[in-house]
Amino acid sequence: MSSVTTTHPVEQHAEYHPGGLLRWLTTTNHKDIGTMYMTFALIMFFVGGIMILAVRAELFQPGLQLMKPEFFNQLIGVHALVMIFAALMPAATGFANWMIPLMIGAPDMALPRLNNWGFWLLPPAAFLLTLPFSLALLGFGDGAIATGWTFYAPLSVQGGWGVDFAILAVHILGISSIMGSINIIVTIFNMRAPGMTMMKLPLFAWGWLITAFLLIATLPVLAGAVTMLLTDRHFGTHFFDAAGGGDPILFQHLFWFFGHPEVYILLLPVWGLMPHVLSTFSRKPVYGYKAQVYSFIAIGILSVVVWAHHFFTAGMPIPALIYFMFSTMAISLPLAVLFFCWIATMWKGAMSFETPMLFAVGFIVLFGIAGLTGLILADVAADAQYHHSYFVVAHFHYALFAGGIMGVMTGVYYWLPKWTGHMYNETLGKLHFWLTVISFNLTFIPQFFLGLAGMPRRIPDYALQFAEFNAISTIGAFILGLSQLLFAWNVWACVRGGKKAESRSWEGAEGLEWELPSPPPHHTWEIQPQIK
Amino acid sequence: MASVTLESWTMDNMVGNVVEWLKKTICLLILFILPGIANAAYNFNFPEPVTPIARETLHIHNEFMLIITILFVVVFAIMIYSMIKHRKSIGHQPASFSGPRSALQWLWVLIPFAILLFIDFVLMGIPAVKAIITMEDTKNRADMVLKVTGMQWKWQYEYPEAGIKFISTLATPRDQITNAEAKGEHYLLEVDKPVVLPVGRKVRILLTSTDVIHTWWVPQFGVKRDAIPGFLRETWVLIEKPGTYRGQCAELCGKDHGFMPVVVHAVPEPEYLAWLEQQKAEAKAAAGGADRTWSSEELMAAGKEVYEKQCVACHQASGQGLPPAFPALAGSKVVNAPLLDMNGKIVKDSHVDRVMNGKPGTAMQAFRNTLSNVELAAVITYERNSFGNRRGDMIQPAQIKALR
Repeated sequence: MSSVTTTHPVEQHAEYHPGGLLRWLTTTNHKDIGTMYMTFALIMFFVGGIMILAVRAELFQPGLQLMKPEFFNQLIGVHALVMIFAALMPAATGFANWMIPLMIGAPDMALPRLNNWGFWLLPPAAFLLTLPFSLALLGFGDGAIATGWTFYAPLSVQGGWGVDFAILAVHILGISSIMGSINIIVTIFNMRAPGMTMMKLPLFAWGWLITAFLLIATLPVLAGAVTMLLTDRHFGTHFFDAAGGGDPILFQHLFWFFGHPEVYILLLPVWGLMPHVLSTFSRKPVYGYKAQVYSFIAIGILSVVVWAHHFFTAGMPIPALIYFMFSTMAISLPLAVLFFCWIATMWKGAMSFETPMLFAVGFIVLFGIAGLTGLILADVAADAQYHHSYFVVAHFHYALFAGGIMGVMTGVYYWLPKWTGHMYNETLGKLHFWLTVISFNLTFIPQFFLGLAGMPRRIPDYALQFAEFNAISTIGAFILGLSQLLFAWNVWACVRGGKKAESRSWEGAEGLEWELPSPPPHHTWEIQPQIK
Repeated sequence: MASVTLESWTMDNMVGNVVEWLKKTICLLILFILPGIANAAYNFNFPEPVTPIARETLHIHNEFMLIITILFVVVFAIMIYSMIKHRKSIGHQPASFSGPRSALQWLWVLIPFAILLFIDFVLMGIPAVKAIITMEDTKNRADMVLKVTGMQWKWQYEYPEAGIKFISTLATPRDQITNAEAKGEHYLLEVDKPVVLPVGRKVRILLTSTDVIHTWWVPQFGVKRDAIPGFLRETWVLIEKPGTYRGQCAELCGKDHGFMPVVVHAVPEPEYLAWLEQQKAEAKAAAGGADRTWSSEELMAAGKEVYEKQCVACHQASGQGLPPAFPALAGSKVVNAPLLDMNGKIVKDSHVDRVMNGKPGTAMQAFRNTLSNVELAAVITYERNSFGNRRGDMIQPAQIKALR
């Protein structure tokens, strides 16, 4: 793809940093900020995980054992908001911060102070989102948002102050994401190494570029929708109240205009990362670079015109049903191109299966299940049975856990030697992979069957016919949750020490980031490399 | 009996519950999981379809499952073949291609694309469009109309042609939900008054809601449609086989979302007509009661019954409510204010106003259209003279009738 013609000696700077916490509060260095994003994401991944394990524990048996339905409703919604906005998105932004400047030969992100601000908005937002839980324990208010992550009006108009906290948190998270996106777009457009044309840009940067545009296009719509909700709640407007001339379904349109692209916002950085990993461990160039770029763009465009497939059961005219069905199915075409390219990259390579490659292959297979079930969910007739049921829950966890989280883990294992200068523990990594894959399927395959048998989602208690599958799912979820401790331990141990990593940590790795020492010095590419 | 709230929820019994739960879990793991895996009656597909739509949906679902299973197996067989054959450890030398180079290779690239295009828009697309048109055909040759109104957390069913309506709520006793007694066969899927429909008739179903969005779902009908406040949505069923069919609300609608089941009795038409006549007679008898004067004992007894069906989910059996979302009635300023003004008219935001007209923006719904004059008078009287409230006054059904 791209190769360096002249390598400059990387200069080590003895430069001034404030020490301790102040260093992290004030840093404008893309590596520091990337590290903070990743750390924050890891912490919130466990926070969201604990919430859902409480939910799974409640669902282990029929009957109410551990919690009131109100609290159950709070846990499911905040779990989703935390995992999406505070774990997956920051993890992807962390990758972008660390890797995009290294991969495109830029000395830093284009807007370093904005970068710092963008990160430091996240902790207060996460705090706001979860604060109502603690306030309720102290006797103030009735807890966090209990509407699910979708905020559907009029339930959210009726809800307690948890909804207001969540609205404010979403605003702050949105501002943070938009700033991050602007930064990434400006960096990619202006700071590529001389000679790196757009069609030589690493695919990871391409994936993020499309994500950044999608964020800028759709987040303001979400911000608008939740602001309308806020004014409906407190200032007497009637956007979503039929009695005042509004329409509750308007909220669903606005929400999913953001919500559907959000899925691709979470997945495009991962799709961008996959070819790097597959090519490295197949020791063979990326297959179909241009086809993948065009597929990213096609998926980006299609993602903003298919939103209504999230509420087929709300009732809409036949032409609308048919349009949203076929436009949704059309996404399978560029997605199939990506699958083709991933497998063709592996084809006739010389593969070895270190942990990142295992996660990449696991990702392809399990994300394949998400894609294929998504294809049948697009069918309006069959969707009447799948929708609002556990079938959908299983489907989107294949997309967002197997697709999103396992994709992020692929990237972490792949780049951890570069970031820390140490190799992680390979045995532990492989153990983590196998435990994750097996327990993930143990958790979610039963949920497909639960959905088909007619179990609605978001219920704290269920009929007896659903008992066995729920029990199995809960056992799977606890193994899945506990195995992630291995991951945290492995990352921590790798940060602290381990076998020294080489500049080119993997035998088949190609790209500018592998030309730098591991770990790279605080400032890199101060003199930009020349790309042939 | 729709309430499932556990009263006296404290940290202490939460810890106790967790310990109890852990014990049960371990016992269950041993007792049930091991032999259970072998014996349990698992459902791997939709339940038996009993309407044309459900049959169509099941057929489409089975066909699609077959297609995607084939796609999955073929694609990943190729990948797994490659993972076995093209390994470094067996000395495979990597190729260097990065795209299709010959006409043959282009063919290899384009064939899967063409197959997928065919699957999406022909193999899956055409049956899907046909099914959509059938599904949305609510108006042609409908034999009768059933109006379904979702409300937190129960369903109201109305037969406009016959002029009858009633509310259907969860019948599972609370002790079963809190694990104080053994769970019945139809745990959480049983109601006090099921909706009755004739078999072999096309029933046009109109849906709406009085508060938040609910979704009416009976899996064996293949029908799931949202009930949206302020709007009418529609769907239809033609039940082919007599029986009892059970479903649930499918859209998160607040705390008791999991506790508002749908139960449909499908019966042969003569039986349906007899049932309808009986309902009409009952409704007439009930309406007659509105004109006579009721004693306070009668109102209290009837009011208790209404309260336990309609109000207890939020305001609780003790009248203490679940503040701040669901306020207490015991000692409430609203309940303990004068009944009506000196001209016998409703005072704004008074007790009678709240019960009849609800409080917009909260779960407190307007009961003027869901409860009869007798029920309204009874429940208002009951609330004013229970939970330690001692107003000593009462309101007559005739007064409610005049206030409408």
